[in-house]
Amino acid sequence: MAKLKVDGLTKVFGKKPKKALELLEQNKSKDDILRETGNTVGVNRASFSVEDGEIFVIMGLSGSGKSTLVRLLNRLINPTSGNVWVDGEDLSTMDDKTLREARRKKMSMVFQKFGLFPFRTVLSNVEYGLEVQGEDREERRQKAFNALELVGLKGYENMYPDELSGGMQQRVGLARALANDPDILLMDEAFSALDPLIRKDMQDELLDLQTKMKKTIVFITHDLDEALRIGDRITIMKDGAIVQIGTPEEILTNPENEYVEKFVEDVDRSKVFTVENVMSRAESVNMDKEGPRVALQRMRDAKISSIYVTNRDRKLKGIIHADDVSRLVKEGKDNIKEIIQTDVPTAAKDTVLRDIMNLLTYTNVPVAVVEEGKLKGVVVRGTVIAALSGSEVEQDGLPS
Amino acid sequence: MDFLPRLPLADWIDAFVDWLKNADFLFDTLTGLIDAIIESLAATIGFLPSWILIVLISALTFWFAGRKTGLTFFVFLGLFLIDNMGYWEDMVLTLAIVISASLISVVVGVPFGIWMAKNDIVENIIKPVLDFMQTMPAFVYLIPAVAFFGIGEVPGVVASVIFAMPPTIRLTNLGIRQVSTEAIEAADAFGSTASQKLFKVQLPMAKVTIMAGINQTIMLALSMVVIASMIGAGGLGTAVYYAVGRNDAGGGFEAGFAIVILAIILDRLTQSLSKDK
Repeated sequence: MAKLKVDGLTKVFGKKPKKALELLEQNKSKDDILRETGNTVGVNRASFSVEDGEIFVIMGLSGSGKSTLVRLLNRLINPTSGNVWVDGEDLSTMDDKTLREARRKKMSMVFQKFGLFPFRTVLSNVEYGLEVQGEDREERRQKAFNALELVGLKGYENMYPDELSGGMQQRVGLARALANDPDILLMDEAFSALDPLIRKDMQDELLDLQTKMKKTIVFITHDLDEALRIGDRITIMKDGAIVQIGTPEEILTNPENEYVEKFVEDVDRSKVFTVENVMSRAESVNMDKEGPRVALQRMRDAKISSIYVTNRDRKLKGIIHADDVSRLVKEGKDNIKEIIQTDVPTAAKDTVLRDIMNLLTYTNVPVAVVEEGKLKGVVVRGTVIAALSGSEVEQDGLPS
Repeated sequence: MDFLPRLPLADWIDAFVDWLKNADFLFDTLTGLIDAIIESLAATIGFLPSWILIVLISALTFWFAGRKTGLTFFVFLGLFLIDNMGYWEDMVLTLAIVISASLISVVVGVPFGIWMAKNDIVENIIKPVLDFMQTMPAFVYLIPAVAFFGIGEVPGVVASVIFAMPPTIRLTNLGIRQVSTEAIEAADAFGSTASQKLFKVQLPMAKVTIMAGINQTIMLALSMVVIASMIGAGGLGTAVYYAVGRNDAGGGFEAGFAIVILAIILDRLTQSLSKDK
């Protein structure tokens, strides 16, 4: 069961929401509806589900409705129509008391401008969520201490928010959200107010924390690089509606329409694509049962001048070159072991392309993709260039 | 415009005031209550000999107003001067009237301000009423005040409350409305109840603004002291009032100085209270 499920969620701001909803059903545009009814469509029939432990990024430009959408998830804004299910419970029909309980136990929020209480110390800010639940003073203090330690703010407990830098203030915001130990974290442009270097640190830290905590995170951002960096899946919004949902790779390789395409145009793909995305099947010879003639034949068929060598278990042993093999055949020798060169370029499946660029520049053989010592495939320069230039990557490694 | 008959507004108001007098028992209770507040305050302040109080207030100023020696020195000298001029008793009574009026203003005004902040319709109704209360010449309040509360300190306090309460209401409203959206959203997102949100977030964040309102209320209440002396409220105001009647510039200024000194002390003390975290 999905942790968080959203179905047909719609928000219309204004006095005639009924009329606007009807027009939405007729697929009228946001602008038309504004002209006809004077109402603004905040979110237009959004549907998606977020799995347990997933980082689900909602991204869009300002005015795309992403901040409204995240506020519909905990009903800081009441939806005009549609439903939100948290653990199978419908949030949209909850009475005030049940909703309050859900907000206290199930979901916490981190805000763009931190939303800290300036008159409370860091510790007392972090305690807030537990305090309103009426938790025992000692216990909540302990939990707040732990949360602060988790985000690396140990020792800052008694300072006031305005004595801290932006990055540290947002750590307090994060600690406050974590202190409640919620299942779901709603992060509304949580890192957007920070400068780029700090932002990157915070992203790394969030990913680190996530490997430990396994929360379900809904992360709002307008920054595509950020979305690609931290998202397990990304939703792209435009004019209040969802345009595309997919993994970072899917968004980059298969943009749903021109809007997404324009969006992803300027992305540094080398930071997103991994070796796995561009690797192709490796030609190889098994040194335990195949000789130089087979190797030569195989190279001729594949039109390549060198070939990787593995043993019986497909463990990578090295590479042999065509001229060495020919010499071996001429000399009438049978064992290719003596011409194997063991100094070969290798990479793991999940290495991002940027990290193998250097390797590709200085080697004239394909890079071997290795997993637990076994040869899984190869990466050739052409496929990498094709992938980075945005052409679609085909299974055989040739651009379509 | 002679063809229009003159509107009998004055008659209507008189009729209304007469009608209100039916609620005699209510006004009697209020009179008793306010009188008790003034009496007990005056008795408490007047209980200590003047020199102890001078030292005490100076010390309080030093501790609470950020340890400013200049201000402390001024407070000490000022109070000493008042005592020396023989206005100590009057000052105590004035102080009791001002504190009573301010207390009532805060107790009534802050809840109204909160209500106003939480409800736009209430805000739209109360705002013009506040404008009315503040711009109507303060003397005018004295007339119905006498009708309902007789003469003496009590109608003085009532008139002061009407005249001095608006800033507290206004600034409470403003302070709460100025609390940042994100702080409110944070309070909601963490599952605060309405009263938790009010007491743990909105009021503390509005505190500085509310205190500025209370400070203004105290100043306005003090400014009513002279006016209220016309209906028999005693204290420094009466001294000024008599001096006016006798064309006694020296005596008038003496009592006036005492009021100014009191005003400065009250102002600095309440301002410093609103500043600390």
